[in-house]
Amino acid sequence: MSREFDNTIELQQAVISAVAQSRPLNLTGGNSKAFYGGEIQGAPLALGSHSGVVNYEPKELVLTARAGTPLQEIEAVLAQQKQMLAFEPPHFGDNATLGGTIACGLSGPRRPYAGSARDFVLGVRIINGKGEILRFGGEVMKNVAGYDVSRLMCGAMGTLGILLDISLKVLPMPQTEITLVQERSPAQAISVVNGFASLPLPITAACYDGLKLYLRLSGEPEAVAAGRNLVGGSTTPEGNRIWFDIREHQHAFFDSGQPLWRLSLPAHTAPIELPGKQLIDWGGAQRWLVSDAPAATIRQAAEGRGGHATLFRNARNRNEVFHPLTGSLNSLHLQLKRAFDPKAIFNPGRLYPDF
Amino acid sequence: MTDGAGSNLDKLRLVAALHSILPPQAVIHDTEALRPYECDGLSAYRQTPLVAVLPENQDQVVQIMQLCHRYEIPVVARGAATGLSGGALPLADGLLLSLAKFNRILDIDPVARTARVEPGVRNLAISEAVASMGLYYAPDPSSQIACTIGGNVAENSGGVHCLKYGMTVHNILQLKIVTMEGELLTIGSQSLDTPGYDLLALLTGSEGMLGVVIEVTVKLLPVPQRAQVMLAAFDDVERAATAVGEIIAAGIIPSGLEMMDGLALRAAEDFVHAGYPTDAAAILLCEVDGTNEEVSAAAMRIRDLLRAQGAVEVRTARNDAERISFWKGRKNAFPAVGRIAPDYYCMDGTVPRKRLAEVLTTIGRLSSEYGLPVANVFHAGDGNLHPLILYDANQPGELMCAEELGAEILELCVRVGGTITGEHGVGHEKLHQMCVQFTSAELEQFRALKKAFDPLGLLNPGKAIPQPRHCSEYRTLGREVLTAPGSREGSPP
Ligand SMILES: Cc1cc2nc3c(=O)[nH]c(=O)nc-3n(C[C@H](O)[C@H](O)[C@H](O)COP(=O)(O)OP(=O)(O)OC[C@H]3O[C@@H](n4cnc5c(N)ncnc54)[C@H](O)[C@@H]3O)c2cc1C
Repeated sequence: MSREFDNTIELQQAVISAVAQSRPLNLTGGNSKAFYGGEIQGAPLALGSHSGVVNYEPKELVLTARAGTPLQEIEAVLAQQKQMLAFEPPHFGDNATLGGTIACGLSGPRRPYAGSARDFVLGVRIINGKGEILRFGGEVMKNVAGYDVSRLMCGAMGTLGILLDISLKVLPMPQTEITLVQERSPAQAISVVNGFASLPLPITAACYDGLKLYLRLSGEPEAVAAGRNLVGGSTTPEGNRIWFDIREHQHAFFDSGQPLWRLSLPAHTAPIELPGKQLIDWGGAQRWLVSDAPAATIRQAAEGRGGHATLFRNARNRNEVFHPLTGSLNSLHLQLKRAFDPKAIFNPGRLYPDF
Repeated sequence: MTDGAGSNLDKLRLVAALHSILPPQAVIHDTEALRPYECDGLSAYRQTPLVAVLPENQDQVVQIMQLCHRYEIPVVARGAATGLSGGALPLADGLLLSLAKFNRILDIDPVARTARVEPGVRNLAISEAVASMGLYYAPDPSSQIACTIGGNVAENSGGVHCLKYGMTVHNILQLKIVTMEGELLTIGSQSLDTPGYDLLALLTGSEGMLGVVIEVTVKLLPVPQRAQVMLAAFDDVERAATAVGEIIAAGIIPSGLEMMDGLALRAAEDFVHAGYPTDAAAILLCEVDGTNEEVSAAAMRIRDLLRAQGAVEVRTARNDAERISFWKGRKNAFPAVGRIAPDYYCMDGTVPRKRLAEVLTTIGRLSSEYGLPVANVFHAGDGNLHPLILYDANQPGELMCAEELGAEILELCVRVGGTITGEHGVGHEKLHQMCVQFTSAELEQFRALKKAFDPLGLLNPGKAIPQPRHCSEYRTLGREVLTAPGSREGSPP
């Protein structure tokens, strides 16, 4: 718990004066995800110094930290107690903060099996667009008092308010983890992982690099050993390293200056033919695509299959990062934005160009 | 407004307009015929609605909502009315929209492990329909034989297995809703995430105030290879409560971890003969599931832990029949307690697990102060309490006394860092306590959010989020909680 700073009051002042002058703000945590989302015309407001773990109780499976706390610090604190953030968030840089992680709503390889970032959010303290400090949710596991504003903040890209503190459910680390590798065709890979998913197996990650299917098994040693017999495949000297590489986009697949797309699809969707190369993660539910194909082509392909596409990195046009919203849903978003941020000062354009 | 008619249309004209949308038997307006709709599971509050309707397709719901919107008639949605907070309590000048006829399972996809169902489908019916595929729907409220999936979404219901598998919000993918304006929207998708704000999470637990759910896509999970339940008896309630934290601290996430105190377990034993040790002060039911090997390993560790925590007896269900029997007592605990007193009032606060022992002791003290017995049967692993206050509504003043005791218990939950409701919702019942748990600005934010969906405030108005006037009145009553340490209003977070 190195840097313990509570900047609540300063941040509130900054918001109040931005509201008074109708001056948009560009909220930045560690800036590790500056590449993600639309470009913002706004005065930078640094949140990184509002930092520190506020409360951590291993027995309660709850951690509360200020939004500027480095993700690395949180993971280190948890690891000391053999606990973890089960949604396995990507960092995309040493300076990643908890607030940025939750605002972007990003989750790693364990997501389809353990849940997403929003699934683990228990409560938040925020500053809304009126400069008020508000708390929603809390530090208990179940809480349905009032609307679930905490989860609404997750993935909102900072457009609804400044996250001050976040309470998360944490989980014990598995005792053992192994990675099994099988050579598969793309179609086989999809059908095999989906078949496994309908069986009670201790699988906690599944990806496919175009040649090989990688499966991670986690849990009690006995369960992992038994699961291994059922799943089959071999272990490699690289072991579990692949999950870190994929999560952090350090895998060779991601070495490209071309647009990187993220397709979120029903896990069992058959392989999709699109120009470029693909890497399948999340047991088929998340597909990375490096491609110069037009946005419309890619979006149609995803939408036609019950999914959507995000222009994750290297966007030529930062106004088309997120999959467009249609008619009524778009107006509902505008209304919600107005409900939290009536003067439109938080991160305008980061999520969608019109708010 | 002579016979309680809505603002812009009298009852006769409203009924006539509804008849142009629905067949005659689907429009109920006779006072006697409306009786069955006057309350939900919290039967202390009753109100007959102006009319009740039973549509059976999406088109009809859209038209009903458009009609009500046009004439500014408030609408309350209703599933099976097992809700325990008066969420489906009708309004005298409002329309009650029953989703009872929306009871079809539309589509089951064993490969995608999803089911698309109408909102009136009963929770248990989903698991039954997919059992032959080795799948099930995880959230299992004790009311699962009766309650509907639409009601589950509206309340974000949990069950005895949500410690490991989460609440409703963690187990659904997509909703179709009709807004108050009569617009059909798809929220969420068949994929794991959706562009824009997380409206799926927002809608879940919104108590029927943001939209009427008319279709739900749920996730299905593989039935675990094995589930093993253990029953531990304690001669001291606090020791049982402490054991709960120790199991979690050991790095084990049981699939269920429930507690029943002496009063509750004896009532349950008398009712369903579950085989509970009736001389115990409290029992814990701890279930682990997973692969054979996982379960064996975890069960051994839990048994040792329970003994080390002072359990006087630890039993392991020897077979499936015994396992079902152990759970049967738990799942029937509410009706069982209902047999030992004329009436009971079920509370639903959540507290941090480490405060369980202390909170149970305080509840015991309050119970004797008020002279009303309290039985405790609850989701201990989640810290989600269900104190059941026993009273007799026919004794003058007892209901009020029970409500006061209930209010004290909920405010106690807030004071120790918890919440006034873990899974039953605020509804009509806990409006006062919302003023204790939230500041005026927070409540105002809720109201602004509601307006984004329902600008005229016609969908289940008056529930869940209190009006400012309501809170100022309650607060000026000077309840001690407001000045006690940990009070939220005005104090720094
Ligand atoms: C004996 C007993 C045990 C219980 N055990 C549990 C438990 O273990 N866990 C738990 O979480 N709850 C439990 N409950 C509470 C209750 O069963 C749940 O809240 C349940 O989800 C309510 O479902 P319902 O269909 O009865 O909804 P209703 O009571 O009819 O309605 C509940 C709320 O949902 C709204 N609503 C209903 N349908 C829709 C729809 N289609 N669209 C929009 N809004 C809608 C209503 O307006 C109302 O606000 C229990 C209740 C009883 C009586």
